Amino acid sequence: MSARRTRSRRLAADIGLLAVAAAFAVPLAWVLLSALDPKADVGVKAPDGITLDNFDAVLTDEITFTPMLNSLLLCGGGTLLTVVSAALAAYPLSRYRSRLNRPFMLTILFATSLPITAIMVPVYALFVRVDLIDTMQGTIFFFAASQLPFAIWLMKNFMDGVPKELEEAAWTDGASSFQSLIRIVLPLMGPGVAVVTVFSFVMMWGNFFVPFMLLLSPDQMPAAVSINDFFGSKGAIVYGQLAAFSMIYSTPVILLYVLVARRLGGGFALGGAVKG
Amino acid sequence: MTAPPPGHRRLARSLGRALPVSPAVVLMLLFLAGPIGYCAYIAFTDLQLTGQAHESFVGFENFRTAFDDEDFINAVWLTLVFTFLSSIVGQNTLGLALASLMQRASKPVRTITGAVVITAWVLPEVVAGFLLYAFFRRDGTLNEVLDLLHLPSQNWLYTLPILAVSFANVWRGTAFSMLVYSAALNEIPKEITEAAEVDGASGWRRMWHITLPMIRRSIGTNLMLNTLQTLSVFGLIWVMTRGGPGNRSQTLPLFMYEQAFQKSMIGYGTAVALLLLLVGSLFSLVYMRLLRTEV
Repeated sequence: MSARRTRSRRLAADIGLLAVAAAFAVPLAWVLLSALDPKADVGVKAPDGITLDNFDAVLTDEITFTPMLNSLLLCGGGTLLTVVSAALAAYPLSRYRSRLNRPFMLTILFATSLPITAIMVPVYALFVRVDLIDTMQGTIFFFAASQLPFAIWLMKNFMDGVPKELEEAAWTDGASSFQSLIRIVLPLMGPGVAVVTVFSFVMMWGNFFVPFMLLLSPDQMPAAVSINDFFGSKGAIVYGQLAAFSMIYSTPVILLYVLVARRLGGGFALGGAVKG
Repeated sequence: MTAPPPGHRRLARSLGRALPVSPAVVLMLLFLAGPIGYCAYIAFTDLQLTGQAHESFVGFENFRTAFDDEDFINAVWLTLVFTFLSSIVGQNTLGLALASLMQRASKPVRTITGAVVITAWVLPEVVAGFLLYAFFRRDGTLNEVLDLLHLPSQNWLYTLPILAVSFANVWRGTAFSMLVYSAALNEIPKEITEAAEVDGASGWRRMWHITLPMIRRSIGTNLMLNTLQTLSVFGLIWVMTRGGPGNRSQTLPLFMYEQAFQKSMIGYGTAVALLLLLVGSLFSLVYMRLLRTEV
């Protein structure tokens, strides 16, 4: 094929991609511009001067710090519980042969794709009965349980990639399997653990429905739910402040994603891992 | 000292090995399997949110009510439209188009597009909802652009709410398909596409006869996961329209929520949830068949 044709095809592809990128960028441009605009509205426009007043206005205990801290507690707790239980569970599944492995992994796979949204009404009813409603720990437990199937699935696949021979030396030295998991296997699958951790955290951080259903008191609400206060109850919507808060709330997950994507060589690792 | 009989020792060893799995299993039994079982139970009762001493068993009453309920039928239709438009047509096709364009595009363009599309995906669901709410509003960006082009503008969230939320879901979810298809396309050996080019097969015919058959497993997986994800979208629609105006963008999750909490009919809401769960399980089983060689 001629070089000229290659070049014109590349140009066509570039133009197509840039057109889509531009369309996708418009809503993102709105949030960036509005956050700095003293008179922000719903349309994209050049700001009437640049100001940090919107950030100033939202950086209070009530609007930003308490909800963000709640989010951190919920998602940090949930992620910790998920990663620890998944790593423990993945070890025997990856290392020992058992007749139960296959059915267990099939059940896990089945559970990864169940629509969690559908069980939130019964979870609410159940939490009312057992007095876990409106508690941080109840919500953390549910977050962890709902994220576990996928976390175990990923963790087991990553662990399968660590050769067994590396552990055998430790076993002959008398290390228990728990010690070899902590000292040898997990450090060798660092990137895998990072993916599971970041993925779980990002999923929980962005989740709105679970805390919306399971928490009731305003002072326990994470940012995912408290952001709705910009609407309705407090009079007219101040779009500039909403945009500023949206940026503050979104920054941690974007940073985490960039961190993981960098370490794993491009954003394609997660897609590859999910592909199955 | 006598050694314990081999049977006992084997049992003890199995138990020892199974021990690390137990925290995960306990969590999933209590907080996933438990609610699913409870769901299957209260779907057949008249449980209400308030002021009820004891719920009673009502058999299939809730399901009969549902199939006679115009609002339920409406929600089923809207869910089908939403899923078809945003997941099967939108995310899937656009994701494949982006991935295949990326194979040929120059590196900087590939990087920029990837970053923008993935940012839309990584943003929290509620933030995505606000951004697209602003985009589709009466005086929002979409109408400004249409005015610039001298095209008729309208109040999208009022006239075509289900279309607006479907577009929002495409905006938010396309990155996933793009990543899956990029990974799949990278695995096709270069020689195969080159041989087809030498034989003079046009772009579309290469796509149809060579590329698509080679990535069919990824297509199946991607369609399943997209559909399952789309079936359970709640926050995005809730933020943009609250299911309204009226019930014109009220998909099944929003209908379920309204019945259970705004109308206090937990039993009825759960019956709807159970149907959603059954549809989800069905898709999930198909998805597992697609992956069956790998477990």
